Amino acid sequence: MTILVYAVVAWVFAIGIYGAIISRNLIHLALCLTVTQSSTYILLLALGYKHGARAPIFKDVKLGTAAVDPVVQSLTLTDVVVSVTVIALVLALALDVHRQSGSIDPDDINTLNG
Amino acid sequence: MSPRQRLRGWIAAPVVALLGGILLWGLSGAPAFGEFHGAYGDLLNRIAVPQRHTTNVVTAIVFDYRGFDTMGEEFILFASVVGVVLLLRDIREPAGGQDDPVASDAIRLFGILMVGVILVFGLWLAAFGLVTPGGGFQGGVAVAGGIVLVFLVAGYRPWRTFGRETLLDPFEGLGAASYVALGLAALIAGAPFLHNLLGPGTTGTLLSGGSMSLLNWAVAVEVAAANLVLYTEFLESYLVPHLRTS
Amino acid sequence: MSWALPLPVAVPLIAAALLVMGGAVLPRPVQDAIAIAAAATATAFALVILAASERHDVLHWFGGWHPHGGIALGISFTVDPLGAGMAALACGLDLIALVYSWTFMRRQSQTFNVLMLTLGGAMAGFALTGDIFNMFVWFELTGVSAYALAGFMVEDLGPLQGAINFAVTNTVGAYIVLMGIALLYARTDALNLAQVGRTLEHRPADRLVIVAFALIATGLMVRAAIVPFHFWLADAHAASPVPVCTLLSGAVVTLGIFFITRVYWTAFAGPLHMHEDGVRDVLVTLGVLTALLGAVVCMLQRHVKRLLAYSTISQAGLMLFGVALLDPRSLAGVAALVLAHGLLKGGLFLVCGIILVELRDIDELRLHGAGRRLHGTAVLWLLGSIGLVGIPPVGIFLGRQLLGEGASEQGFAWLAAIGAIASGICAGAMLRAGARIFLGWGAKEDDLLSPEPDEQTLEHHVSVRLMAAVAGVVIVLGLAASLVPGLEARTQLAAERFADTSAYRAAVLHGAAHGDAAAHLSFSFLTVDTASALYGVAALAIAAATAAFGLWHRRLPEGFRRLGSRVLWPPVTVVRNAHSGIVGDYLLWLSAGAVAVAAVWALTL
Repeated sequence: MTILVYAVVAWVFAIGIYGAIISRNLIHLALCLTVTQSSTYILLLALGYKHGARAPIFKDVKLGTAAVDPVVQSLTLTDVVVSVTVIALVLALALDVHRQSGSIDPDDINTLNG
Repeated sequence: MSPRQRLRGWIAAPVVALLGGILLWGLSGAPAFGEFHGAYGDLLNRIAVPQRHTTNVVTAIVFDYRGFDTMGEEFILFASVVGVVLLLRDIREPAGGQDDPVASDAIRLFGILMVGVILVFGLWLAAFGLVTPGGGFQGGVAVAGGIVLVFLVAGYRPWRTFGRETLLDPFEGLGAASYVALGLAALIAGAPFLHNLLGPGTTGTLLSGGSMSLLNWAVAVEVAAANLVLYTEFLESYLVPHLRTS
Repeated sequence: MSWALPLPVAVPLIAAALLVMGGAVLPRPVQDAIAIAAAATATAFALVILAASERHDVLHWFGGWHPHGGIALGISFTVDPLGAGMAALACGLDLIALVYSWTFMRRQSQTFNVLMLTLGGAMAGFALTGDIFNMFVWFELTGVSAYALAGFMVEDLGPLQGAINFAVTNTVGAYIVLMGIALLYARTDALNLAQVGRTLEHRPADRLVIVAFALIATGLMVRAAIVPFHFWLADAHAASPVPVCTLLSGAVVTLGIFFITRVYWTAFAGPLHMHEDGVRDVLVTLGVLTALLGAVVCMLQRHVKRLLAYSTISQAGLMLFGVALLDPRSLAGVAALVLAHGLLKGGLFLVCGIILVELRDIDELRLHGAGRRLHGTAVLWLLGSIGLVGIPPVGIFLGRQLLGEGASEQGFAWLAAIGAIASGICAGAMLRAGARIFLGWGAKEDDLLSPEPDEQTLEHHVSVRLMAAVAGVVIVLGLAASLVPGLEARTQLAAERFADTSAYRAAVLHGAAHGDAAAHLSFSFLTVDTASALYGVAALAIAAATAAFGLWHRRLPEGFRRLGSRVLWPPVTVVRNAHSGIVGDYLLWLSAGAVAVAAVWALTL
């Protein structure tokens, strides 16, 4: 069971990076980065899970009830915000590239080499 | 597909598979799923409510125990939005008197109902984030979503009432600046940065958490404004030129 | 003094927010003044913190959350002299760049100022923090600010491509770091570096810890532009406006190296203690590879900003192998190197700005002889390049001397030779470019150098005097870096404290004062060691030879040239094709490098 969860993490991480490497479209590239980022969310949240525990919200709940790890949840929240912002930048760059050259294939916009 | 691209694809597959494999190998040394016994997390679960009078421990961590991280995160959003404005500055066309009325009555009715509901929901999420699931980030995003809905259901002109830099920038800056200002205020008062200046408040109510609720609102304002600026930029760079020509 | 710690971060950030808030109503001069004042305040406080940290580490627990039974509840800034020094350098370069941009970047100055301020605050936070997730937050803020600044000149395709390559590769690097942090958390349930180190110390590194270290180191090496993660740097430099290049080369890249050593000494030194050689060998190999490859590709550039960028890559390689020796004296050498390099390279980029404004181009061949009337600029360029050679007693000499001494102590004496070769070739390329542009020497055509798109300046009515003055001050400071009295002793002491893991831990988790309050540090000038001096002279000779070759290789005898081209052309073509400018290729190299590093460590650690 455990190894399945971690296998999902590794798979999503790898497939996102693979998609980014072979991407022929900048928007697809930005989304592949989002996929890779999602693997970090899965891992963080999986690490904090406890069987039979509830969410770390104690409204009307007795203190001391088993709850999952709140720290990883806050880390994931930060992670989500960070990822949104970077993707927004990459998409804005893609829009600019399209405006300049009419193409959004990373292989086409190749003026800097050597 | 050029030969180079094909070659890249062939090499990438085994390399990335190895990368995933190594990651999995490392993870196999991690604790079993569902067997979390973390000292840090458990400790916070026990002390957050008595110490901070906040029943949502995650929010207590985000805005208090690790509030400094949140400040950095808020500024990442801030910087990225400034960056997007910078990058799209040449290709946007803030339109003047163009009109694209929404044709369908059903959509307009839906909008009238939903925009209000979503706005209230977003504000509720932000306000009660200290008590039940929610918080400034979540609430801010929901409020921004509600306002974007105005564009979808009422057309461009009504949207422009809200979707303008001159209106949004001050709020974005205010949200970001007030977070740092609250931290500095603590510093000036002789306490560590971002120390809670107000009392802890009453558990389970809107006023729990002390200065945490102020930080919460600062973030809500900043996130809502920042998201709206993002939508404005993309709308005016991509969608508006299309609308004009159609 | 603990109260001063948040200020180098908080002041620039709040100023950035205020600029956006009042952007519509505040007149431009007021905005510029706010930006420069904020950067100056941050630098001043960073220097104050540096002075305060000299006796013992300074701590600040944010929100007032002190450790509870040895478990860190909140985030700490744990500042020792090396961290404070890095923060001061970063804030100082930010200030210098803002003053320079006051005249150089008049269009869009509001957004530019805002992003430069967030970049400065983020770099300070990165240098001062003692919490690994907090480091990630500042890592990302540095990145986001820099990606946006790199795309500043959106009118051309070249800058856009550079910005995309920069953003995508560094983002993947950041995800790799985050994975490493998650793995570390899985084992230690802690994010505070001292606490992580304490938890890991009890058993030798197993697969989880090894992969965590590999991932964190890889992600940081992407930021530090180490081969094969380095491809983005030259593109980013070609894309970014000159003041941004100053910060990229001077601080952003070196912060990556800084944190690799910070995370090693605080968290991983314990579990990896038995296998120090394994860690050392991989990092030394990568460092040497980076130093040499960076130098060679530097020589093949005619776009002067890319030339300087590859020389930064080469220096980053030297810094990495200095850090990789895992010994305080080499670490002190790297610290001195970072200081001198940051100032000198930053200054050289500022001189590029002058060239762009006066001569409207930045391509070495196209500018052949065009700069003959720019005497002052030529002198600045010469001084900067000489400073980066490593001749005694100026510029990077102190760093190289300490590094050389540390390397011989560890049995790696040949590293000093690598350093001399790499610095020599890079400086030679710079001297060649200077000779071509300012003196009109050398051939006008050269197939060896790769053509790049030309660059537009944004401004037409700038004060070249101000730009030259700022550049001059920076270069002189950089040259003088080796001569600061007492610096040699202080950096060594600071490095020893940095590597003292258990004392750091005691200071952070138990409040014990860490440092030697009784130490009496002298203000003596550095003592020049003969071996290092000889290496410096050798580097100068290599520089002269490289420059001469670059300028006049057409005049070599025909047979010689034909043999040379048959031998050299294939590898040069291979290297040039590898630097393709295509982001997919860069990511493939990144992944392959990550796999290689992790696999070697999995097998040897």
